[in-house]
Amino acid sequence: MLESMDLSMVNWARAQFALTAMYHWLFVPLTLGLTWIIAFFHTIYVKTGSEEWKRLTKFWMKLFAINFAVGVASGIILEFEFGTNWSNYSWMVGDIFGAPLAVEGIIAFFMEATFFAVMFFGWNRVSKGFHLLSTWMVAIGSNLSAVWILVANAWMQYPVGQAFNPDTARFEMQSFADVALSPFAINKFTHATSSSMMTASLFVIAVSSWYLLRWRHQRMAKRSIVVAAVLGLIASVFTMFNGDETTYEIAQVQPMKLAAIEGLYEGETNAGLVMFGVVNREKTVKDEDMKSFHFAAEFPGLLSFLATRSFGAFVPGMKDLVNGNADQKIMGVAEKMQRGKEAIASLDAYRAAKKSGDASAAEVHLAAFNENKAFLGYGYLKSPEEAVPPVALSFYAFHIMVSLGGVILLLFVGFLYFLWKGVLEQKKWLLSLGCIGYFLGMIAGQAGWIVAEVGRQPWAIEGLLPVSVARTNLSVGAVQTTFFIFLALFVIMLIAEVSIMLKQISIGPEEN
Amino acid sequence: MINLDYATLQHLWWLLCSVVGALFLFMNFVQGGQTLLWQVARTDKEKNLIINSLGRKWELTFTTLVLFGGALFAAFPKFYSTSFGSAYWVWMLILYTFVLQAVSYEFRRKSGNLYGSKVYELFLFINGSVGILLIGAAVGTFFTGSNFILDANNAVTCTSPLRGLDAALSFSPYSIFNICLGVFLVLNARTLGALYLINNIAPGESAELEARLRAACWQNARWSLPFLGVVVLFLLLMPGFVIGEDGTIARQNFKYLRNLFANPWLLLLLLAGLASGAHGVWHTFKSASTKGIWFGGLGTVLIGLTVLLLPAYNNTPFYPSRVDLQSSLTIFNASSSPYTLTVMTYVALFIPLVLAYIAYVWYLMDRGKIREEDVSERSAY
Repeated sequence: MLESMDLSMVNWARAQFALTAMYHWLFVPLTLGLTWIIAFFHTIYVKTGSEEWKRLTKFWMKLFAINFAVGVASGIILEFEFGTNWSNYSWMVGDIFGAPLAVEGIIAFFMEATFFAVMFFGWNRVSKGFHLLSTWMVAIGSNLSAVWILVANAWMQYPVGQAFNPDTARFEMQSFADVALSPFAINKFTHATSSSMMTASLFVIAVSSWYLLRWRHQRMAKRSIVVAAVLGLIASVFTMFNGDETTYEIAQVQPMKLAAIEGLYEGETNAGLVMFGVVNREKTVKDEDMKSFHFAAEFPGLLSFLATRSFGAFVPGMKDLVNGNADQKIMGVAEKMQRGKEAIASLDAYRAAKKSGDASAAEVHLAAFNENKAFLGYGYLKSPEEAVPPVALSFYAFHIMVSLGGVILLLFVGFLYFLWKGVLEQKKWLLSLGCIGYFLGMIAGQAGWIVAEVGRQPWAIEGLLPVSVARTNLSVGAVQTTFFIFLALFVIMLIAEVSIMLKQISIGPEEN
Repeated sequence: MINLDYATLQHLWWLLCSVVGALFLFMNFVQGGQTLLWQVARTDKEKNLIINSLGRKWELTFTTLVLFGGALFAAFPKFYSTSFGSAYWVWMLILYTFVLQAVSYEFRRKSGNLYGSKVYELFLFINGSVGILLIGAAVGTFFTGSNFILDANNAVTCTSPLRGLDAALSFSPYSIFNICLGVFLVLNARTLGALYLINNIAPGESAELEARLRAACWQNARWSLPFLGVVVLFLLLMPGFVIGEDGTIARQNFKYLRNLFANPWLLLLLLAGLASGAHGVWHTFKSASTKGIWFGGLGTVLIGLTVLLLPAYNNTPFYPSRVDLQSSLTIFNASSSPYTLTVMTYVALFIPLVLAYIAYVWYLMDRGKIREEDVSERSAY
């Protein structure tokens, strides 16, 4: 099976998934965050009965709906792609991975879909109280769906609560609680939703700043900015903390990813955190003398602290992880590959023995398999270097995400400060920055997913299943064709979406 | 505590997936309505009434499809991997039509939508026709089989270059069956669409529209009959496959007829479904009744359940391979582990709650029927 693999098909399938997921993430953060802001506005309207708050609520709802449609359209593609492009993955881990997706459908999607219609069209059809409840249900439902898809993604990063079943030759769930309540999942969820809140706040601020710059809808714009800046600032602080927690966890369970996002080739005690740097793309783990960076500014000891909560501790570099490091008790990839190959051989022998009815031989092979099964996935790698993810991409994505996070936090502080001083309208420079802030938020979010997914390569499931095995047996042409059809569809939908969005923003809230 | 044995869990989960699938076929009134748009609406007002009526439901249909996929993934992952991986083009085409649908309601009448209303209406038409036709053909392969081989690790290889489109495009009689099932579903969706719109649009809004809808309902129901006839005839006569004592799979003549006799309640479901559907259509045609959708809907759910249960129960492989019988999928070899199925059964306890709030919201929102003022609001579709 492995010999006949066409690696370029895997890369096209990865490109297709990346395209879909990143496109999806252009719209989803806005949905996840804006829905709370709308629920907040709607609540004030119901409490005060003020028509102005109603107009405000309706205006943001309208923008929400335009954005939501494309999020729905791109979401279903991801679900399908697991089966179409990654069918071995679907079979090998479907026993675990399918459950959160089904739960998402039952618990979250129906809540979202059912109450979405009430939220939009219920103004004169249901009681005020039930209408408000529906708006909150949309917020809860959409964020619940984020819970389950992030549980699924977290499991790909840190596959807990499972065991390989040699009889069915797949991974099977041992504990749903371990999967659903994995600390990795909890951090992923909080990080994704709080950063989405940042993005949504930036969106509200961008639109409102544009109005203020044009002296339109002043009161509505300022009210929106107050709410968005406060929520955005809280979300930023929260995102920083759970981001830090996520980094700590990555250090524990995905040390290779951590080394890659920091460009750390040689492990160090008292490892420094690179503040900014230019990666030397020529450098590989095989190479001895080349510098890792053309230029880098480091904060000494900080990486050790982030990764282990202690300044003096050792942080393994990519070389330690690939070549092994006896002092630090790190097994090299070559040895893991060897043991993985033995696991595969034992598994084949076990199944052959079982088929021929030789129980005692089967038992021997099974015991041998169990000894090496932790390294099963490594048995499919072709070289130890393959275990290293793309370093430059991971490094830059991580640093762009973190830096933009800091800039965005300052932006929220700036808006709040000048609002408090009562001079926001005069600060044209800040309002102009506010207009582009939303795009900074989007870039940070996209970079975050690059860190999560590219940093995990070559694995589909960390340490267990490489992407080259997870794929479907498809021709590269088929995947290329669907890739370009998606690309065309996405472009067609995106320009229509942006055009409609701009039109609605320029019309503004009054006519509601 | 849920403590069911493995085989019971497997049967239960096939039933649950089938219920979701059957509900999806009912909810296809949205797709059916989309294909009726250009036929029954003569003015912009009529078009807007139809789109806004369907627009309050399309997401439920969409979500039901997503859940159907998710439930199959969780409960029968080998089906998910085998079918999606081998019938690649069928699923991709279905997917494209639903992607087009998802933006069309929201974008159709918004200024700045670049392509104009007609294009979005065309997207909706494609979703309702091509999308449902292919779903029907895909369901047909539960009986007629597909061209795939599974290796020792259950990795799938498709042996047809058409990758699933062969279900409808080959010269075998099985293609006739698959196409007939697809066409039946399209026409049935159109019948349901008409029934739903008659129910959902306020009676006084456009008498001509209502008359055209009643005519369309009657016409599509009549046209669907011969296709249903062919499907039923095939089911009664065609050979099928059986799982032997030792798990090997063999061909068996009149297998689906045997299944009907082995599970007479399936026959009962089918007959009750046909009766309910016929009742709904006939009354809508003969009287001023607006309740036809409930009978038509119930009929579709019952017929859908029969069609989905018939190829899986009574030791039948539900996804036969035409090139390697032993690669065929059964609810026993394609399911998740007993642990996962048990966990999922706990989650399934939420389904009645979900159905209850959907029904309640439906009732609340549809007490007042769709009127012109609903379609002239700025937030309208």
